[in-house]
Amino acid sequence: MTPTIAVRNLWKVFGPRPDRVVGSPLADLPRAELRARTGCLAAVRDVSFEVARNEVFVVMGLSGSGKSTLVRCLTRLIEPTSGEIEIDGEAVRAMSAKRLRDLRRHRVAMVFQHFGLLPHRSVLDNAAYGLEIQGVSRADRYRKAAEVLELVGLTGHEQQLPEELSGGMQQRVGLARALATDPEVLLFDEPFSALDPLIRRDMQAEVRRLHAEVGKTMVFITHDLAEALTLGDRIAVLRDGELVQVGTPEELVGAPADGYVEDFVRDVPRADVLTLRWIMRPAVDGEEYEDTPLPQDTVIRDAVPRVLRAARPILVTDGDQRVGVVDAERLLPALLGHRRQVPA
Amino acid sequence: MTAVLAKPAPPRERNGRNPRGPWSRRKEPLTRRTVMGLSVVATVVAYLIFRTAAAADAPDAAAFRLFGDVRDWVDDNRDTHPLFLYGINYLRLGVRVLVEGIQAGLTGLGLPGLVAVAGAVAFVLGGWRPALLAVAGFLGFGFLGLWPESVDTLALTLTAVLLAVLIGVPIGVLAARVGWFGAALRPVLDVMQILPTFAYLAPMTLLFLIGSPAAVVATLIYAVPVTIRITELGIAGVAPSAVEAATAQGSTARQLLTKVRLPMARPTLVLAVNQTIMMALSMVVVTALIDAPGLGVNILRALERVNVGAAFDAGLAIVLMAIVLDRVTTAAARRQRRDWRLAVPVLAAAALIAALPIPGDLPTVSFAKPVNDLTGWLELHWYDGTEWLKNTVSAVLLNPLENLLVTTPWWLFVLAVLVFGLLLAGWRAAVVAALAAAGLSGLGLYQHAMQTLATVLVATALTMLIGIAAGVLCARNDRLAAVARPVLDAAQTMPSFVYLLPAVALFGASRFTAIVAAVIFAVPPVVRLVERGIRDVPPTVVEAALSAGSTPGQLLWKVQLPMARGGLLLAANQGIVMVLAMVVVGGLVGAGALGYDVVAGFSQREDFGRGLSAGFAIVLLGVLLDRLTQGFNRTKGPSR
Repeated sequence: MTPTIAVRNLWKVFGPRPDRVVGSPLADLPRAELRARTGCLAAVRDVSFEVARNEVFVVMGLSGSGKSTLVRCLTRLIEPTSGEIEIDGEAVRAMSAKRLRDLRRHRVAMVFQHFGLLPHRSVLDNAAYGLEIQGVSRADRYRKAAEVLELVGLTGHEQQLPEELSGGMQQRVGLARALATDPEVLLFDEPFSALDPLIRRDMQAEVRRLHAEVGKTMVFITHDLAEALTLGDRIAVLRDGELVQVGTPEELVGAPADGYVEDFVRDVPRADVLTLRWIMRPAVDGEEYEDTPLPQDTVIRDAVPRVLRAARPILVTDGDQRVGVVDAERLLPALLGHRRQVPA
Repeated sequence: MTAVLAKPAPPRERNGRNPRGPWSRRKEPLTRRTVMGLSVVATVVAYLIFRTAAAADAPDAAAFRLFGDVRDWVDDNRDTHPLFLYGINYLRLGVRVLVEGIQAGLTGLGLPGLVAVAGAVAFVLGGWRPALLAVAGFLGFGFLGLWPESVDTLALTLTAVLLAVLIGVPIGVLAARVGWFGAALRPVLDVMQILPTFAYLAPMTLLFLIGSPAAVVATLIYAVPVTIRITELGIAGVAPSAVEAATAQGSTARQLLTKVRLPMARPTLVLAVNQTIMMALSMVVVTALIDAPGLGVNILRALERVNVGAAFDAGLAIVLMAIVLDRVTTAAARRQRRDWRLAVPVLAAAALIAALPIPGDLPTVSFAKPVNDLTGWLELHWYDGTEWLKNTVSAVLLNPLENLLVTTPWWLFVLAVLVFGLLLAGWRAAVVAALAAAGLSGLGLYQHAMQTLATVLVATALTMLIGIAAGVLCARNDRLAAVARPVLDAAQTMPSFVYLLPAVALFGASRFTAIVAAVIFAVPPVVRLVERGIRDVPPTVVEAALSAGSTPGQLLWKVQLPMARGGLLLAANQGIVMVLAMVVVGGLVGAGALGYDVVAGFSQREDFGRGLSAGFAIVLLGVLLDRLTQGFNRTKGPSR
């Protein structure tokens, strides 16, 4: 099956004559040196990844790592310097202006960090904007907009102006606006980082719920690891424009690709993310086990009561096959491990 | 900002860290000061050696003859040359049709009709408060017995504003969206905005003769830079996040403009219209000089006879018009959403009133007699005081300065402008200013230009003195600021002509009258800029200075004023440009020099060349003063 989004060797270089950088020895220079030598900034460097249908793909990185540039390159809000982008197998960089506009109107929608709402339009008109510019009749677009506003829980606020709403509610309008055109792909550019922590958690739950209900392909940009871990089917870690690691949350936490990722995930409660696969040991001949085995993709925390209560080690299975054994000795380090050492 | 406060470290300590090498920074202030001192000494010595006997400007300088010949050529070819036949004459005709159409429309409504329509429009745009104001103001024209004149002025203003918006908004949008276009336009607008109203009149009469069309075109040219500027600002200020979001949804360029940029810039666009109206109104009054009808004629005639009372009525009508137009448009800018349900019946009612034959006769009230009585009383009782003030300023400031300037040979003046411009404002500003200075002499009006310059400098010094003092007081006293704000607001909406009245009332017709009018005219914006500059000093810095034990005086002199330097310099620049505008208008009330030359150019055919020259000389003087003060501001002001 073709992936919904495929990105291959994508580069974005800002600055004078950016074309000369890619494919030349300059491309291998570290960021700072490149900047000093050419005045160019390589925001995205040779990035490749694929996103499958209905997957939630999170791109995580610190500010300045190029993640916002990357997501804007997908629909050419920022024109990439080189590389390939395909959406549903269609090359985005080869699209005419009109074709690109159709892509943005019908197939890919975006939610922005600073909402980007039109202050002079009511909530309803903001949600209906995408349909309006497509030429959808007033009655139809208001009906559809009212539907998506209901979906994000804004019924009753249709006639208010954006500035009359709280930040969280404004972002719900942004979400409704993106959903109104019924796109297959939703792009989120740090949508919740301008919100208070509690509201942020609500909104994350909202996104999870929406994903379960409408099942879109999502690319989600964030600098918040907890957010990445809760939302992402897979997470890509970006550093100085380069992909450091792409993997599932537990791959990131269990097997960080390098010290950078390791630093990132150090404080993550490992028992909440890792599954038994990461702590099981091989079976020892002659051992006796509990009667009921545990599947290997059980999250460690969920296995705690059973393992601690059991008198004997528990078998771990993958389907019908035995793949390992887990006991209290294997479990405890994973439960304690995320704590920083307190100096004596 | 804190860098401004940092005292220069002792040179020894700085040597090692200086990226530009040990010499440049340590020596710079020293050399600069020395060069400055030497230049001053050299200028004084050169002046003492070369000073001249201040011969009057030649009555027929080459420039005058040239402009006279141009005028003759235009007169001869007005009906034959294709440029006029197919261009300018049609333009003139078109503008005339437009003005007369609007004027006929307004007159046709009749007094009750126009009052009703003005009230209804104000209601729809701004709500019931502006509507009441509009009704009261427009009725006021009737009560003052100045109905036809007011309609004429209103028609001219509306025509010019209509054209300015039609031309200025697209240009402003273009300037905001197309980088090179905006960059190319900016210096042109810069120059257009510093030109005093008078400078536009003479070239207009050359091309468009006198009367309403010439007045409208002159007003249009005077007002349109503001339209363009503010439109550009508004469009450029639209939140990029909203534009990006709309782009991401697949908006076309046209949809971005009509559905995102223009609506989001709407409050700024209304402000652009507001400012355009204010500029246009003040210019329309001045165009009475080139035979445009309206309230300006009344003021002009009254001023010629030094009849303050008669001018007062017309001045009051202009102020009423300015306030009504300003408040209605400001209210319109503030309004977010409009209630159209009420708007329709209100407009319908207004139309009905306009259609009914209601007699428009109002009892007239004139303030001419009481004002003249007051003026007479002032003349009688304050004569010693005003005369003393006038003579003291003339003797102590004006005469010595004027004497100094007119006896300086022109080349020394150019050289001094160049050298001091170089030292204070950077080479670019210095070269432009020096070229302008040389141009003054080239136009054959060096003496008159120096007289005007002396008046401008004295008036600016007084303006800054009063303005800074008042600005500091307002910045340090919230209650005073709250009282002063509406007064300053009102002062800034009034057309410049109006300011001549109190000056004439107190001081009769003289050079000093122009200075007083200029000071009254220019002080409000100066006060405002100074106050803002001081209030913009970060509170943390003030707190730090206070906690270090500064007295209020030390706080002002050592912290607030130095840090408000950017605002002060901007105030000086604004002040000097406004003062120039007013001093030139003062030519009407005895200030003589360039202003008088321009006015004489309109009235006497043989003086046309001289008048046009004077117009250009005013332009050059404006450029010179603006470049010097603004260049100073740019090179030395703190970067914000």
